[in-house]
Amino acid sequence: MKRTALTLIVDPIACDGHGVCAELLPERIRLDRWGFPIIEAGGIPVKLVDHARRAAESCPRLALSLVERPL
Amino acid sequence: MAAPEGIPRLLAGLNGDGRALSLDEHVNQWGPPPASMSASFIDELDRSGLRGHGGAWFPVGAKWRSVRRSITKRPIIVANGAEGEPASGKDRLLVHQLPHLVLDGAVMAAGALGASRVIVHVPGSAIPTVERSIEERRRFGVDSVDIEVVEAPDRFLAGQESAAVNTINNRNSARPSFTGLTTVRDSGVGGRPTLVQNVESLAHVALIARFGADWFRREGTPESPGTALLTVTGRWAEPQIIEIPLGIPLGHALGLRQEDARGIQGVLLGGYGGGWLTAAAALNMPLTEDAARQYGSSIGAGVVALLPSGICPLSEVSRVVTYLEGQGAGQCGPCVNGLAGLDLVMEKLAFRPSSLHGGVSTIPGLCDLVEGRGACRHPDGVARFIRSALRVFADHVELHLSRGACRGDTAPMLPVPTCPQRSQSSPLRPVVR
Repeated sequence: MKRTALTLIVDPIACDGHGVCAELLPERIRLDRWGFPIIEAGGIPVKLVDHARRAAESCPRLALSLVERPL
Repeated sequence: MAAPEGIPRLLAGLNGDGRALSLDEHVNQWGPPPASMSASFIDELDRSGLRGHGGAWFPVGAKWRSVRRSITKRPIIVANGAEGEPASGKDRLLVHQLPHLVLDGAVMAAGALGASRVIVHVPGSAIPTVERSIEERRRFGVDSVDIEVVEAPDRFLAGQESAAVNTINNRNSARPSFTGLTTVRDSGVGGRPTLVQNVESLAHVALIARFGADWFRREGTPESPGTALLTVTGRWAEPQIIEIPLGIPLGHALGLRQEDARGIQGVLLGGYGGGWLTAAAALNMPLTEDAARQYGSSIGAGVVALLPSGICPLSEVSRVVTYLEGQGAGQCGPCVNGLAGLDLVMEKLAFRPSSLHGGVSTIPGLCDLVEGRGACRHPDGVARFIRSALRVFADHVELHLSRGACRGDTAPMLPVPTCPQRSQSSPLRPVVR
């Protein structure tokens, strides 16, 4: 599986546990028992980049960012 | 002036009566600071191997270099003496008794980074002394930068880097910001690139600037050079602040032999964000941050607390966890909820273990759920404190689970300030499930 240098990071102060991100990207994001996202570490696989971008853009609190990180 | 020999280095300046060193006395003790400071001083800091003594042990030279260079915004220097850690007293000692050493270091940082403003961030009790010292320097025209003082609130997180900046900016005081995308070194006080440096680190800087990196490296080990201040509780009748060369075994630093380990149930190294060690391991462990981390602890801000036998360690741990839970900023969901859960389960383990269905098996999972998931390292520190306690006091945990809580009230040992409640404006409330 080819990975990119893109990762998702959440601003835990802004996040209020809405859960949209886990709906849109269940391959990388699950929710803890309180409804806050747990994001799988590491680069986003190429085939999930569009979904990851959509998840970040759909966060009602703009708490999720797709950023480039050195691998 | 000849370079001073041996140890203590910083504490050699103490005049013995608890008074702050005057500017005169300060210059007599260590000589005048270098007349000017250039960016090449950062190379000297790299060579010295000085790491930050606020708790993170980040290399100081690298930190200074990472303060964003900007042609339109001059950086700000924050000398951080907030010391929210209740068991620590070394920063208070420095700002109360050796203020000019701290101010020298801060002014040198300003010179090396091209800053024109220094802010001293200290508890209210230290403000009169620091202001008098600044006034002395002004009178003699020592500095070419402005030095101001901002009061640090009496909160555990007050000294956290972004929390200190928020206090100074008078916005969200003593609460950390999310720094995953930009740090205060990019945008801090007033939106300017900001260096927040612990006051002990700055005191070491003041001596490195005078006597050089090679002198600094004469004490300590090649990997962990120099000296460190420790606040030691439980060894002597009163907590003491000592200066030790890094890398020596803790037992040696405290004048304790291996057989003394028998009277000590455990050693808390690094304070409430640090970790517990068995006495045998702690007394042998070389005092370096790398060694401490290998043992699941940290030197942190230099707190060493020896827990004598006869005190229930789990009630000590529970009281501290309750305090830490109340000291959270109340901003991040996993921390707010996870710390409330951990507080409850540690309280049950300490005082009513029969209500702890499933024993302690749920605790590591709760620690997993908070680690790395806050905007700051507060939840990570609480998790490390709890995990290490369960490891070091495993026998005592078994005792509680099989025979019930310890009876009898012993006087609490670890200091916990009396107003642990989260401030009313806290945006989040825990949902305990």
